Amino acid sequence: MRRNAVAVVGAAETTQLGVIPDLSQIGLHADAALNAMADCGLRPKDIDGIATAGETPVQLAQYLGITPAWVDGTSVGGCSFMIHVRHAAAAIEAGLAKTILITHGESGKSRIGNPGRTVPPASLNGQFEQPFGPMGPPSMFTIPVLRYMKTYGVTEEQIAQVSVVQREWAAKNPRATFKTPITTEDVLNSRMIAYPFRLLMCCLVTDGGGALILTSAERARDFKTKPVYVLGTGESAEGPMVSQMEDFTSSRAFRVAGPTAFQQAGISASVKDVDHLMIYDAFAHLPIYGLEDLGFLPRGEAAAFIAGRNTAPGGSLPLNTNGGGLSFMHSGMYGMYALQESVRQLRGTAAAQVPNAKISVCHGVGGMFAASGTIIFSNQSP
Amino acid sequence: MAEPGRALPVPTPETKHFWDGTNAGELRLQRCDSCGKNYFPPRPFCATCGSRKVTVFKASGKAVLWSYVIHHRPVPGFKPPYAIAVVQLAEGPRMMSNIVECEQTPEALQLDMELEVVFEKQNDTVTLPFFRPAKG
Ligand SMILES: [Zn+2]
Repeated sequence: MRRNAVAVVGAAETTQLGVIPDLSQIGLHADAALNAMADCGLRPKDIDGIATAGETPVQLAQYLGITPAWVDGTSVGGCSFMIHVRHAAAAIEAGLAKTILITHGESGKSRIGNPGRTVPPASLNGQFEQPFGPMGPPSMFTIPVLRYMKTYGVTEEQIAQVSVVQREWAAKNPRATFKTPITTEDVLNSRMIAYPFRLLMCCLVTDGGGALILTSAERARDFKTKPVYVLGTGESAEGPMVSQMEDFTSSRAFRVAGPTAFQQAGISASVKDVDHLMIYDAFAHLPIYGLEDLGFLPRGEAAAFIAGRNTAPGGSLPLNTNGGGLSFMHSGMYGMYALQESVRQLRGTAAAQVPNAKISVCHGVGGMFAASGTIIFSNQSP
Repeated sequence: MAEPGRALPVPTPETKHFWDGTNAGELRLQRCDSCGKNYFPPRPFCATCGSRKVTVFKASGKAVLWSYVIHHRPVPGFKPPYAIAVVQLAEGPRMMSNIVECEQTPEALQLDMELEVVFEKQNDTVTLPFFRPAKG
């Protein structure tokens, strides 16, 4: 065993996903946290480190009855939880904490106890983007895509294929919000949101949460759950303004976080080394950018790779096997659900289980290409 | 385009030269005196080399259409569908804007089409820079 290796021993989503009218946002955090503690037989007094985004770790510590010796409130959008895993692994390795809880809860649909987001008019986004009419992620995250399409000759049909394939995975998952199969025509005939993006190329808006508990790999053997080891991690940030992305066809944050994680894990971004892959899909172009920026494919080839069914059920690189943010659920900060699916796949408990999966890569985005976090998990003792 | 309700910028000390510029009919960028980089959005130093020796200058106003979406949902101050665009300025930096005097359709809005800046007063203190297809 690698010295000071770290493992996930507790993992759970909220009891319900979708529309949850009887819990506020902090209640979703707590429901997920209690489920994760029950998963591995721990109580609040056993937790000595806490990380969260959306709510503050200070708020959560008191609400859950935790006295932390380590706190992390990194809040950089939907990949915050990947970054929490990275920070938690480093903290456990360094001896700063023994048992760390990471929580997510978001009343994205019902908006109970969710303060919402406003852009201050004196911020750089407020001065140099908001006056030109963007209204949230569907009209901003999508802005670079026409440049990508022109550069590589990618079509709307190919982008629609991302949604079609992910719905195939969702159909296998009883917890997925949308399970009915769709065709490319269905996607291309769905309501236009922000050309070239139609409704079925955009993520869901739902309520839910999830939580993870990490400890040392050595201690992990004492738990009844199958340990899922943290093999490699990476994180980065580019900036909050999508208009200022260095390259509209690629995410700089992805290109830093991904290779950092692969280098630490000592594996390559290839079908040979990776059994299962999650790429945060708030919109249908994100798996395309992710596959290329992580290094699985040369630039410009990912759309054809997905349309060629390589990431579909039965394909060589199972991707977003829970149905993803496009079909499974998306509360706003989806990263936690991608992490949950990676853990399920390596425990062997996923609804659409990849046979004999040993390595899972989980890649997240925060904001509109603003930040990124990548975690590589293994169920083999490192 | 001057519908009521559009979100308007509140300048800060570091950005005031830009918004004073639009009120005066100028698109003002900054250039690093140390490394020569032209940059945007405004800040009193160069993020390429860290130098505080920077100069405000008047840009040509020439640009090309870099990327965009055509938004179909309601937003205060806008009549959908309308394009939210990013333009590539001749001097190098990119900025978000709207494309005016042009159909808001994929056919009319071709990437790399040549554009030029125009200024539209929003109220007594704020003028926004927009872009239109270049004439001639
Ligand atoms: Zn410089």
